[in-house]
Amino acid sequence: MTAAVHLQDVVKRYGSVTAIHGVSLTIADNEFFTLLGPSGCGKTTLLRMIAGFEAVTAGEIRLFGDDIARLDPNHRPVNTVFQHYALFPHMSVIDNVAFGLKMQGIDLAARRTRAGKMLEMVHLSHFADRMPAQLSGGQQQRVALARALAPAPKVLLLDEPLSALDLKLRQAMRVELKTLQQETGITFIFVTHDQEEALTMSDRIAVMSEGRVQQVGSARDIYETPDNRFVADFIGETNLLEVDVHSVTDGRASMTLPGGHPLTCPSASATPGRHALSIRPERVTIAATGELKATVDRVVYLGTDLQVLSRLADGSPFTIRLQNAARTTIPEAGATIGLHLEEGAARLLAD
Amino acid sequence: MKGVRHYPGFLSITVLCLTILYAPLIVIMVYSFNGSTSITQWGGLSLRWYGEVFTGPEASRFGQAAWNSITIALMASTAATIIATAAALAMVKGGRFRGRSASFALINLPLMVPEIVTAVASLIFFTTIGLTTGYGTILIAHITFCIPFAYLPLAARLEGIEATYEQAARDLYATRAQAFRLILLPLLAPGVASGWLLAFIISLDDFIITNFVKGAGMETLPTAIFGSVKQGIKPNIMAISTLMLAASVLFVTAAYLINRKGRQTP
Repeated sequence: MTAAVHLQDVVKRYGSVTAIHGVSLTIADNEFFTLLGPSGCGKTTLLRMIAGFEAVTAGEIRLFGDDIARLDPNHRPVNTVFQHYALFPHMSVIDNVAFGLKMQGIDLAARRTRAGKMLEMVHLSHFADRMPAQLSGGQQQRVALARALAPAPKVLLLDEPLSALDLKLRQAMRVELKTLQQETGITFIFVTHDQEEALTMSDRIAVMSEGRVQQVGSARDIYETPDNRFVADFIGETNLLEVDVHSVTDGRASMTLPGGHPLTCPSASATPGRHALSIRPERVTIAATGELKATVDRVVYLGTDLQVLSRLADGSPFTIRLQNAARTTIPEAGATIGLHLEEGAARLLAD
Repeated sequence: MKGVRHYPGFLSITVLCLTILYAPLIVIMVYSFNGSTSITQWGGLSLRWYGEVFTGPEASRFGQAAWNSITIALMASTAATIIATAAALAMVKGGRFRGRSASFALINLPLMVPEIVTAVASLIFFTTIGLTTGYGTILIAHITFCIPFAYLPLAARLEGIEATYEQAARDLYATRAQAFRLILLPLLAPGVASGWLLAFIISLDDFIITNFVKGAGMETLPTAIFGSVKQGIKPNIMAISTLMLAASVLFVTAAYLINRKGRQTP
């Protein structure tokens, strides 16, 4: 099957500054694909290159097999939902939604019907004749979605569309977006810096940093088996320990933890030497017989969770998350505790 | 913190400034309705000087001058607005190009150069290239000095229009020309209108430059009024001045309202 979008060695340079360093990605048809990364990582630039607002310096962008990298935006069968919606302020809601259809030369009656259907889909039928300025942020967002989906694009691009909404609305829109994607069967490429957004909606996520794709995988893949230090650190909370790997046999690396306790963990490609070990705070339990010893600095109450900030024998900080259950014993500040790593809690990172 | 209005002497200074600025205008407006032939003695309320403007011995001279003023203002402001629109598009949407700062200075130079210098320079220029001074030279001069007045509100408006509107249009299959015509131009319209109105009123008002480049026998309303005043101020001049003032106020208010309305829906 042909991929919906295939990027091959895409490079973007602004003068002497390289924003995108040869990115290659394959996005399947009907996939909810997210580009996730901190601001300035190149995720928006990549999206704008797919839309056609930025020229590619080198590389190919294929849409269902056709190279579109050098086409004008109006010749690419993809539509965009902009960060601040960019609804045309001088046109009514229905005219905004019908704009793409009008440009495609569809006659008035047909485009009115189609635009009406789109508004129905985003539950805004009764706002058809309003002007965009008369709508709330959330409603404008839904009009922007209807407008971008009306011409039935092959791929929908979304540039941080939820960032301007307040928390409650954002959470509701996440569900709505995911439903919309499944109902329409259109491939969504979603750009965000919000990892929670990425983890809750995406089929697959590409984590980006400094113009490069660091890792591509499902939410579970990137959270539980991060490839490198950046991904482990950027996605969720983690403890990064410096460890010495002394041998690797049968795909398992043996190392010594701070405090002297030995540990082996699976690793496909590790070589002996100094490496970072990622341990998620919620995969650690307090047990006197644990592999690590730590001194508690502070306990932070977070409602559903408790965060225990502690220090290991070598002085490095270590965070533990405990569920705020009735049976949880809360350690005192200053106490020395043992920490037990659950099976598979530790992940040896490439770099 | 106390506002400026609580400073000592605020009220008296304000009243003084407003009096100096507006008292002469108010005197002219009031005396334009004077019934007597004297410009200093009140002879009861009357519209006789307004009648005089349209039917009196000077009516045809002022009529021709008004006609010249209005036609020149219409053409000059329209031409200046078209040029200013093109300039604003290049300056605001054209990205960085060589000579951008120089272009900006050139567009706005007429605002900085003393009018008398422009007037003398224009006259020298027209005679040097062999153009006969008259209606045509007035028009050319007016187009030139109207450009910055049309440019400023236009460029300000254009700067407020985010690039994403055009991108959204292009994304929704509009060609470059369609995006300009259907999206950018309607959004820019209030700026174009207020630029045009401002240019119109500046052209209608101009005296110094016009007086230099108009040539013999050609009059616009301001030069005709000046010519008439040289032989002594008659009440009909006050009536004409009041009419011009009313037109100016009307146009400036319209420009302001159009611009403000445009700003409510950015």
